[in-house]
Amino acid sequence: MKTRSALLLGSLSAALAAFALTSPRVIAADKVDPVADAKAFQNFFFQKFPEVKHEDFVNGPYSMNADMKRQWQEKEEFPPYEFALDAGKEMFATPFKNGKTYADCFPNGGVGIRQNYPYFDEKEGKVVTLELALNRCREANGEQPYSYVKDEMASLTAYMAFTSRGKPMEIRIPDDPRALAAFENGKRYFYTRRGQMNFSCASCHVQSPGERIRAEVLAPALGILNAMPIYRSEWSGMGTISRRFVTCNSQTRAVPLEPQSDEYRDVEYFLSYVANGLPISGPGARP
Amino acid sequence: MTAFPCKLAVLVTLVLSAGAAMAPAQAQSAVADGQKLAFDRGKGNCLTCHVIKGGDLPGTIGPELKDLKTKYPDRSELTAIIFDETKRNPQTMMPPFGRNRILTEQEISAIVDFLQTL
Repeated sequence: MKTRSALLLGSLSAALAAFALTSPRVIAADKVDPVADAKAFQNFFFQKFPEVKHEDFVNGPYSMNADMKRQWQEKEEFPPYEFALDAGKEMFATPFKNGKTYADCFPNGGVGIRQNYPYFDEKEGKVVTLELALNRCREANGEQPYSYVKDEMASLTAYMAFTSRGKPMEIRIPDDPRALAAFENGKRYFYTRRGQMNFSCASCHVQSPGERIRAEVLAPALGILNAMPIYRSEWSGMGTISRRFVTCNSQTRAVPLEPQSDEYRDVEYFLSYVANGLPISGPGARP
Repeated sequence: MTAFPCKLAVLVTLVLSAGAAMAPAQAQSAVADGQKLAFDRGKGNCLTCHVIKGGDLPGTIGPELKDLKTKYPDRSELTAIIFDETKRNPQTMMPPFGRNRILTEQEISAIVDFLQTL
């Protein structure tokens, strides 16, 4: 009886001590802290791949594999996204039927601003991506919106990324609880397992970057959007961020969301914010 | 209450006698089926992550699949890993093939037969 109560008391105090030790951390984790999240996210990759230069993560699988990198560098002399880039440049300069242009819709005439997208629009209370802003620009000027996943949208974003190459990603989270909620929602989506394969985005791109699935090298999540849009050999064409999200979902046998749905916009916000400081490298080319 | 053990006994006898009659042929075809299922991209697709003797372009995420009879003498352990490895390791990349109905129980059983030959 005595030993029993002593044991009980002992385990109770141990539990209390454990609770006292862990509880401050639990409270910290409950608070949305994008600055701390971004730092932890970047440090995770920097420590996992100490030999990779920080600015090189934006080159996806090429940062993980020397042979692939060499082949890619040779390919960059005649990059497969060049047609899209030229088309985008021309489209960007061509006025709408009302005489206005894309330049009228964006700060700095739309040049060198890719690193500021997506942003949190405090009037709308939602995340606005570059793709969304481009279609809104079209509709405001009486034009039909483009498909979010490829073709014209990829050409336009390719040109806008190209004029911003080398500029560090610079996503802001304003002091607005809705912006913090959007960041947190994107983070939740990123880490949640879903679909028949039971993968989260993080399963492949945080847990396993640099590993191969069959012959394909998995890209690190850090800086993965800095290279968008991309020419993907697997697609035999260009694809936007929307296309990347949709195909990731369907390849893991999850149900893709609508391009530019609130959740995809939030994921883009989260992923871009944690890549702050890393250079824009788009348009990119991937196997 | 009493009906169940009785039915079970009949069933066991039936299964055992059937098994005894056609065991070798069935075992061989199960191994071949298992290999096909393991390599099929729409089914087991094991090569995406594991090196397996006889398979091309394996991935690197999981361990090489070899000496599995030594590592898992009890086939139910191997079956459980394929059915839902997240039970043992919540962080695993391995899809829960049984729980999420990617493979049927018979298909998992055939794959286990194949894996035990490696």
